[in-house]
Amino acid sequence: MSSYFAMGGYAVFIWPSYALAVVLLVGAFVLAARRLDAATRALEGDEAGEDTDPAP
Amino acid sequence: MSGSAFHRFANPRRFLRLADATMPWLAGLTVLGFAVGLYLALWASPPDYQQGETVRIMYVHVPAAWIAMFAYCWVGAASAASLIWRHPLADVAAEAAAPVGAAFTLLALVSGSLWGRPMWGAYWVWDARLTSFLLLFFLYLGHWALLNAFDDPQRGRRSAAILAVVGLINVPIIKFSVDWWNTLHQPESVFKMGGPSIDPSMLRPLFVMALSCQVYFFLVTFMRMKAMLLEARRQNALYRVPRAQAVARRTAESGRA
Repeated sequence: MSSYFAMGGYAVFIWPSYALAVVLLVGAFVLAARRLDAATRALEGDEAGEDTDPAP
Repeated sequence: MSGSAFHRFANPRRFLRLADATMPWLAGLTVLGFAVGLYLALWASPPDYQQGETVRIMYVHVPAAWIAMFAYCWVGAASAASLIWRHPLADVAAEAAAPVGAAFTLLALVSGSLWGRPMWGAYWVWDARLTSFLLLFFLYLGHWALLNAFDDPQRGRRSAAILAVVGLINVPIIKFSVDWWNTLHQPESVFKMGGPSIDPSMLRPLFVMALSCQVYFFLVTFMRMKAMLLEARRQNALYRVPRAQAVARRTAESGRA
């Protein structure tokens, strides 16, 4: 198993490539999901007559 | 896209319906695609006879570069539509997709650099392919900067759209840079005359990863577009109430005078 992770001596080049892919793609998805969630809640809050804006 | 198809989905309410209908499928496909793609890329594919295990960087690097360019074409096309038809949904499409494309561009640059060090002996060389791809990243940054550079968001959107359309010229330069100039970067080996020169055992993970990145791009772009449309709807609603009150007040005052 450790020889698998060593990737024939190229581990320091291969794993960071995949790690950055995960960080960027998961990060962009999470940011988009949070923005969509906030926009949906704010709109529903308005329609319910609540004050959803953060205090100034 | 034909004019009628453009105008069909250019209606924000129609787009929201399309997004709501497709997003669960896109999310499922993204997860499934990356699960299969990573299994093939990291486990069920052989090392290259020349490059050894570093060939596995290809399954991140090449799809990222493809989607970075696809996303730029999307931003450019939406920007052209915005400049020609002045349709607000086109602005939303461009603004929503650009950061996703920028992320793929950064990923292609960094993973390429990590591939270049063991294979070429250098993290970076100023050759045509790498330089034109770095320019793509700067175009994304410039687009984002222009969007946020003006107090009047409409002026920002127009400036960003003009930059995006002009920058489209860089896409064929990237694509053909490996043919037009002497470069360390290897030439096209997938979409070329006479078919791909890569073994099927490596083409399979490459295509599964590329398809997953493509579906992911649509998923996150649609999510961002929907969020931006809901934000705009809320803004309009918030402004509409005070404006209606102001008009009513003015009418009452002029009636009194």
